[in-house]
Amino acid sequence: MRNVRSIFAVAAVAALGLSACTTDAGNDAATEDEGTGTSTSTATADGADCSGGDGTLRIGIKFDQPGLGFQDGSTYTGFDVDVATYVACELGYGADAIEWVSAPSANRETMLENGQVDMIFATYSITDARKEVVDFAGPYFVAGQDLLVREDDDSIDGPESLNGKNLCSVTGSTSAQKVKDTLASEVQLLEQPGYADCVTVLEAGQVDAVTTDDIILAGLAATPANSGKFKVVGAPFSEENYGVGLPKGSDMCEDINTAITAMIDDGSWEEAVTSNTEGTGYTPNADLNPPTPAACA
Amino acid sequence: MSQAVLFDTPGPRARRNILVANVIGGVVAAGIVGLVLWKLGQEGQLAAGRWTSLFTGSAWMNFFLPGLQNTIVAALYSVVLAVVFGLVFGLGRLAPLAPVRWLAGMVVEFFRAVPVLIMMVALYIGLGAFGVVSPRDVPLVSVVVALTLYNGSIIAELVRSGVFGLPKGQREAAAAIGMTHGKSLRLVELPQALIAMLPSLVSQFVVILKDSALGYIITFNEFLQLSRQFGGGNGNMLQALIVCAVVFILINWLLTRAAALVARRLSRRTSGRTQPRLVNAGAAGAAGTPAT
Amino acid sequence: MNLFEQVSFLFSSYNIPAAFWVNIQLTFWAAIGALLVGTVLGLMRVSPVPSLQWLGTAYVTVFRNTPLTVLMLLAVLGVWSQLKITFAQDFATNFFIYACVVLAIYHAAFVCEAVRSGINTVPLGQAEAARAIGLPFLPAARLVLLPQAFRGAIAPLGNVLIALIKNTTVAAAASVAVETSSVMRGMIEANSNMVILIFMIFALGYVILVVPVGVVTTSLSRKLAVTR
Repeated sequence: MRNVRSIFAVAAVAALGLSACTTDAGNDAATEDEGTGTSTSTATADGADCSGGDGTLRIGIKFDQPGLGFQDGSTYTGFDVDVATYVACELGYGADAIEWVSAPSANRETMLENGQVDMIFATYSITDARKEVVDFAGPYFVAGQDLLVREDDDSIDGPESLNGKNLCSVTGSTSAQKVKDTLASEVQLLEQPGYADCVTVLEAGQVDAVTTDDIILAGLAATPANSGKFKVVGAPFSEENYGVGLPKGSDMCEDINTAITAMIDDGSWEEAVTSNTEGTGYTPNADLNPPTPAACA
Repeated sequence: MSQAVLFDTPGPRARRNILVANVIGGVVAAGIVGLVLWKLGQEGQLAAGRWTSLFTGSAWMNFFLPGLQNTIVAALYSVVLAVVFGLVFGLGRLAPLAPVRWLAGMVVEFFRAVPVLIMMVALYIGLGAFGVVSPRDVPLVSVVVALTLYNGSIIAELVRSGVFGLPKGQREAAAAIGMTHGKSLRLVELPQALIAMLPSLVSQFVVILKDSALGYIITFNEFLQLSRQFGGGNGNMLQALIVCAVVFILINWLLTRAAALVARRLSRRTSGRTQPRLVNAGAAGAAGTPAT
Repeated sequence: MNLFEQVSFLFSSYNIPAAFWVNIQLTFWAAIGALLVGTVLGLMRVSPVPSLQWLGTAYVTVFRNTPLTVLMLLAVLGVWSQLKITFAQDFATNFFIYACVVLAIYHAAFVCEAVRSGINTVPLGQAEAARAIGLPFLPAARLVLLPQAFRGAIAPLGNVLIALIKNTTVAAAASVAVETSSVMRGMIEANSNMVILIFMIFALGYVILVVPVGVVTTSLSRKLAVTR
């Protein structure tokens, strides 16, 4: 019996030890995959000295929106990433002091509230409802809600022609809410956790359109995997002000607005827009862009 | 009951009938598979480009392997903590003191009844609101704590039923040589019960691994989440999900086999029963009353 | 607000019973489906036909080892979207039925194992006696084996039912947005100062649903146990 007990004890100790060392390895990897990978930024001010901040800055971005926030192997690309990199530099955090964290639409408020991220650059529209739980800096871009349809579908040219059609959007996005509020009586809405799911369903023909902001749709339509399959309708029917999500009561708003203004003034903003929308056929609304950051609350 | 006694050995005619039925069944099955494949082909889901990107170094180094690692880390934490939880409350339910038994019983019954997903979501939002753990660990901690509480209460039941499942003679023999209740439990009953429950423990690992996939709902970067991320970026979400399912099936199947092997090896070392529990339905309750 | 005011505030602003009602309906339909499919699978696994045994084993291996979440996602993205199997034109009904079907398919694997464990409780002599009076496999199973096997399988079947009740929350992954876990999430996000209270309301709701099932099946399994 003693023999048996010692075997069990050894097994238990081994299990503990095993989990301990695997866990360390796991944390390293978690850091890695949450993204200390360097961003391929084109927008960071040349020769800028990004120092002064201590520790790392955890920035929430989308990992699945080509052209905005996208994980490409071990690097992160897109307009949101470029703006975030620039702003972080102005705040004193170099590219290697940034930790990118995936921030799906449905989790953005929670991630700010529970401190998983310090700020969010994830096509995050400023709305009154969200302002009640989080703070916003910016806007740093103005997009419009639009529709993505199959390349061969000519029956949809705007929200009015959606009667009797099926629509897909992402859980927790303003687009889904807007459709529910204004179009829900005439369309069926499918809510999915990410835009890639919506695009898969759209391609198969089970929904007729995917709705969200035009710049997101343009990026999705232009990825190699989707090229030639979809088109953006091109009749935006809302104004979406992309802001920088901050925890309620954050003191960083002023600094971020200053950084955004600097980025627009020195031409890096324009450069980031151009390089990230190249080949998508998308041009931002010139009347509204570049926007002037609103006063901080 | 062994299967051989349920029916007579098939004679020549029965064998012929079986053969015919097999051929028909096989044709029907092949037809269904063919139809599904044809339909998927029509939708372009079988195009080589959608599959080849799954088997590149970049896909595995940046997505699948880190995801798998996080899944396994969360599962290992949960297993170790659930065993501790299970021992504490399982022994609590065997305690001579009635209030202790009653309290341990309440805790175990409560956590067996609450869905893991409900616990995960509440912990994810709650832990952050109270600032008890470092924010970056909130998803991992939520997953581990939810899995620990649920599986720990299952293991507590295993401990209890493991001790009950021992032949009465063991306890009587211990009493006969003058051992107290505690001594008998510690030196005679528990060691055998633990060995008897080891196979069930291994199969509980399957439950934990499967349930950790719920973590994607609360931004834990586990295997399913990163598979989805990869599929989303490469236009092959469906294919990435299939890879994810296959990997889960393989790992869990190996674990189940391991549990059966452990059971056979250990049956000599205990007078308890070492069959792995037959029912473990994942994100939910099982155990408790062992199948008799 | 005191505790009572908070509770009445939550119950008046959100339809919590309706959320539970969705989960109860999911449980009801999925339980019927799982019991039927699971029993057939259990019989297949003890049948004289090797190919049926093999099929039953393969089914159990595949569906017992895949996370339910993955099955739900595959059902929507694979079966509904690619194979275009549609149960209803209305999305809400369609995905509700999908969730029921996936829950039934998944839990059938566990019902199969429970039925098999029940068959294992039937003594050898019963089957031998059935054969001795000339009953072929199916009548022997129907008249002699299964009635006893189900009595022996009540406790494990109760466990599967408990698992099913709790697993209905995973239907959230199949676009069923009005069930408890989604509703609870929305409530906590909007009232983060009442996290513990909201969690306790839903947790107790499940305790109320689950504990009686456990008590009833345990007492039934004792009462109906075949005395030998």
